[in-house]
Amino acid sequence: MNTMTGYFNFVRLDREKCKGCVNCIKKCPTEAIRVRQGKAEIIEQKCIDCGECIRACPNKAKYVETDSTALLQEYKYRIALPSPSLYGQFRDPINPVRLLTALRDLGFDDAFEVAVGAEVVAAETKRLFQTGKLQGPVISSACPAVVRLIQVRFPELTSRILPLAPPSEVAAHLARYLKARELGIPEQEIGIFYLTPCSAKVTSIKAPVGGIPSFIDGAFSIQQLYPRLSHLVKQVKGVQHPGGYSRASGLGIGFGISGGEQAAVGLENQLVADGIASVIDVLEELEMGHLDGIDYIEARACSGGCVGGILNVVNGHVARARLDKIIREQNRSSLPLHERFPELDRLDYKVPRIHVEPRPMVYLDSNINGAMAKMTAAEKILKKLPGLDCGACGAPNCKALAEDIVLGKAEETNCIFILRERIMTLGMKVYNLAGIKPLTLSLEDLEKEGEE
Amino acid sequence: MGDKAEQAIMLEFTLQGQDFIRAGEASSEIKQRLKKLGFKPDVVRRAAIVAYESEMNVIIHARKGTLRVEITPRKILIQALDEGPGIADIEQAMQEGFSTAPDMIRELGFGAGMGLPNIKRFADEFKIQSRVGEGTLLEIIIHADKG
Repeated sequence: MNTMTGYFNFVRLDREKCKGCVNCIKKCPTEAIRVRQGKAEIIEQKCIDCGECIRACPNKAKYVETDSTALLQEYKYRIALPSPSLYGQFRDPINPVRLLTALRDLGFDDAFEVAVGAEVVAAETKRLFQTGKLQGPVISSACPAVVRLIQVRFPELTSRILPLAPPSEVAAHLARYLKARELGIPEQEIGIFYLTPCSAKVTSIKAPVGGIPSFIDGAFSIQQLYPRLSHLVKQVKGVQHPGGYSRASGLGIGFGISGGEQAAVGLENQLVADGIASVIDVLEELEMGHLDGIDYIEARACSGGCVGGILNVVNGHVARARLDKIIREQNRSSLPLHERFPELDRLDYKVPRIHVEPRPMVYLDSNINGAMAKMTAAEKILKKLPGLDCGACGAPNCKALAEDIVLGKAEETNCIFILRERIMTLGMKVYNLAGIKPLTLSLEDLEKEGEE
Repeated sequence: MGDKAEQAIMLEFTLQGQDFIRAGEASSEIKQRLKKLGFKPDVVRRAAIVAYESEMNVIIHARKGTLRVEITPRKILIQALDEGPGIADIEQAMQEGFSTAPDMIRELGFGAGMGLPNIKRFADEFKIQSRVGEGTLLEIIIHADKG
């Protein structure tokens, strides 16, 4: 945690690799990056950890700081939580039981599908709607980048976020709850480790936004464990994982692709948005009150859903095609969790609740009068700028530069067009000055100068 | 605000009747500005909805018009002035569900007869003047210290 600002960010820059180009600053949905002294700097207050800059970087200079597998040693009993998108990373359609078995071979004591948490969330969401405890439009809490986007850019909409912990957290909570009772060991001896495709998830574990601490003890990227896991998956002989609570149906696995949550929640009026730009458009509509007939909004920052997450190994579309197959297969072979395990309802188990607070950005000034003076000043500067939005000044567009100038974080001459203009004006001045004839020089002296 | 002069920002947008491609641009710009200035979320939302409905009224019903906004720290003044058919019976036009929008526009999802009632509902002060055959003037004030 940055103790100066109080914000967490886990997107990191490899300064060696960063060439200071403008690709990332232009793709950032919250304009949170500036290039300074040849390196891309993140403004922590604005960053939502969506990972768009990692995707945009041609030099692979950005990465997400995940945990070291050495962390596993700190717990007596280790449970892996595989994200649904992990199932789409293998060339041959994988049986989830085979995957859970391979995870045990990898060094975990057990594995529990995040998709189980997804089914629990979906069922609870539906129940809350049916009992009138929730009224639309409600925005899914599953995508942490969307939740953080709402906190900073759409603060008023935080009250519309589903008050249930996201599937990964519910899976962690449920896995620990059930395992501690099954083994008769204290809950804190169990370590829960998430295998995630998502940069924002890493942050949400270290810096939860819902007012409750995370139930997950560590996060590994899918990329991090993939090489060994893909090898182990091929070695699995027979079916060794017992399944039980830790196994989900196609409904839960469907959370890995966009539209999957909608299918699992199954309300009358639902809307699906994927890709950060589409999500922003939908939130703008919602903010204007145009989505009043909608009950539930499934929003995912990554295009295609979690299979499009930046910490995956294979192309999101390819993973989606594979996941589609697995979902169909799992829906044929098993009933949804609550139908298979009605006793889950009888346990005193409660789905963890969250409450997301707004975290509005201060754009120009915390005082409105001051902000207005700055906006007026920025407007004047903007008129002088070329309007090309080239990014050569290190800001994503001319408007952002104008605001940076007003905030004292940049200068007009950071714009290469203004700089060129100033040099030209200066050049003209120098030329004109050079043309002035000193009174002490005779006409002949000046003629000689002309001949040279 | 102390002894510092109170700031004001004026915005003016020209609106073209039936221009559904650019519809909503003016109110979207107004919303972004108010957010950036740090007005309370509820104030931003109410002003944005009022601006949007006013903008759409001009686009749906009038030949052309102007949306003017005057932002000060205390209040937001929104004026929509149009050259259009005018409103014969204002009382009737203020009723929820009453609309003179043609079917073609309703098929686009507009003209449900909620525009004026919504504007009035979200405004702190609301004035309407209209002359049949000439046009309509809406004047709305949103107080920034409310909400």
